[in-house]
Amino acid sequence: MNDLDHLTASRRAFLGMAAGGLALAGAAGPARAEKVKTTASIVILGAGAAGTAMANRLVERLDGAKITIIDARKRHLYQPGFTLVAAGLKPADYSVSRTGDWLPRQVEWIEEGAAEIDPEGQKVVTTGGKTVAYDFLILATGLKLDWNAVEGFDMNMVGTGGIGAVYAGPEQAAATWGAMNRFTDEGGKAVFFRPATEMKCAGAPLKYTFLTDDYARRKGSRGRVQIDYHAHSGALFSVPIVNEKVRMLFDDRGVNMHYKHVMKSIDPGRKIITFSTPEGDHETDYDFTNVIPPMVAPDVIRNSPLPWQDGKWVNEGWAEVDPETLRHARYRNVFAIGDIAGVPKGKTAASVKWQVPVAEDHLVADIQGRLSPEIYNGYTSCPLITRVGRAMLVEFDYKNNLTPSFPGVIAPLEELWISWLMKEVALKATYNAMLRGKA
Amino acid sequence: MKELTLETLIAVFQEIFGAALFWTMVVVALMITLAFIFVLIRDRSVEARYLARAELSAPIGAIAAILFVQYMTNSGFSDLGGPIDIIVLMLTGIAGAGGLTFLAYVVQAFMRQPEKDR
Repeated sequence: MNDLDHLTASRRAFLGMAAGGLALAGAAGPARAEKVKTTASIVILGAGAAGTAMANRLVERLDGAKITIIDARKRHLYQPGFTLVAAGLKPADYSVSRTGDWLPRQVEWIEEGAAEIDPEGQKVVTTGGKTVAYDFLILATGLKLDWNAVEGFDMNMVGTGGIGAVYAGPEQAAATWGAMNRFTDEGGKAVFFRPATEMKCAGAPLKYTFLTDDYARRKGSRGRVQIDYHAHSGALFSVPIVNEKVRMLFDDRGVNMHYKHVMKSIDPGRKIITFSTPEGDHETDYDFTNVIPPMVAPDVIRNSPLPWQDGKWVNEGWAEVDPETLRHARYRNVFAIGDIAGVPKGKTAASVKWQVPVAEDHLVADIQGRLSPEIYNGYTSCPLITRVGRAMLVEFDYKNNLTPSFPGVIAPLEELWISWLMKEVALKATYNAMLRGKA
Repeated sequence: MKELTLETLIAVFQEIFGAALFWTMVVVALMITLAFIFVLIRDRSVEARYLARAELSAPIGAIAAILFVQYMTNSGFSDLGGPIDIIVLMLTGIAGAGGLTFLAYVVQAFMRQPEKDR
């Protein structure tokens, strides 16, 4: 065989193999279910994580539905990134994208807020005065950070005088990093706490305490730094097994723990924070703090008939939904997903990822006249950062059971590098895929 | 994670690198693999000399891959906390070593014609 023949024969064999491989790859794609035909009008309030994911998924599931999304916010905020911004690891714009970039073309976006909801008349009035009628309503408004409830606090203070506010937004998170960076250079007393209301990502106040400790250690200033954490209740975290682990870690890191302390007011002039405790008000000085306000439902929900009418959430205004189906208890064509849902767990983006397919399937099942078997078990997840480079992947459900995604591989209560890698690299990507309805 | 399907994984990787870079990397990896298979078929064997030289580059690939991941994620060797972390570190190293070995082999094989007298 001469060289030329050899080469030709080989090339043919090679091309044949390549083509075969491509054909196999093409055939492996999943078969798409047929879309459900409907003329239903679906209104989604809020274009955050939950509303956007729902819009994209409904567009894939339904054919002919009129889907409207109502939200005045032009910026979409990737909130899980705030902690990384406030740790000086990402710039503020890491968390910012444009709302419109995530919304499917088939959805009408009304760039106004919702002013009024009438679940009896099945309509929503926008802040611009438009009336939008619906067959199905999805509440995805998120929650309201009630800054006015923190006496003495002004948003303009953030970044100055040792005052941080990681939750307030990406710019404030970046300003908080400036304040924390200065504090861990100079030393002093850091005072951390969480509100007594339901809150989104209850792990975030703990993470920021750990990060402040870590930076002080890295800079060699830990000896000059005192760190105090104030829990609103008798526990640092609502899940008992996680609480015990955090208590052990705080103990190890030299964080002073105080219980049943609810932050009431801040006096930036005297540098004093006042907590209300069962024994009366307690004042403490601070050199650095991360102000986290009470969290409540947005006014449009609180002023509607949709919140819980009795029980512990009467003053917070969360929507009264079935915890397993996220369907409203009194208005069957209303669902609540994300932070606004009045359920005992689940105010994280990871919960949204599990909630949206459940509410979506119940809605589509209504249209088809079938019953949906989908159930939300309260899944909530929090990569609890314990220092730069390590985190605990904490996942749990309504029953306070741990629900590890990778049992036997990624231990839930261990400080691991892989959990940090997930937070740093994979989380935003997974979030974005979720927004597009793909995860 | 609720369901980890291939579709989800692809969607996530697209978001990590951006769709253009992700698919470019997939195509490049496929091309190197196909090029390797091509020279295997052409030469009818693994050329020991190429392989030996290519293997010399493996440690460089391993270290480079590990340092790259650590640099991109603001972390270091002291952050390794458990067995899975060591496994991830080793897999990262193996991926870097394997990738560079394949590349080095293919480059050598393309630069030199196969032995004439076979």
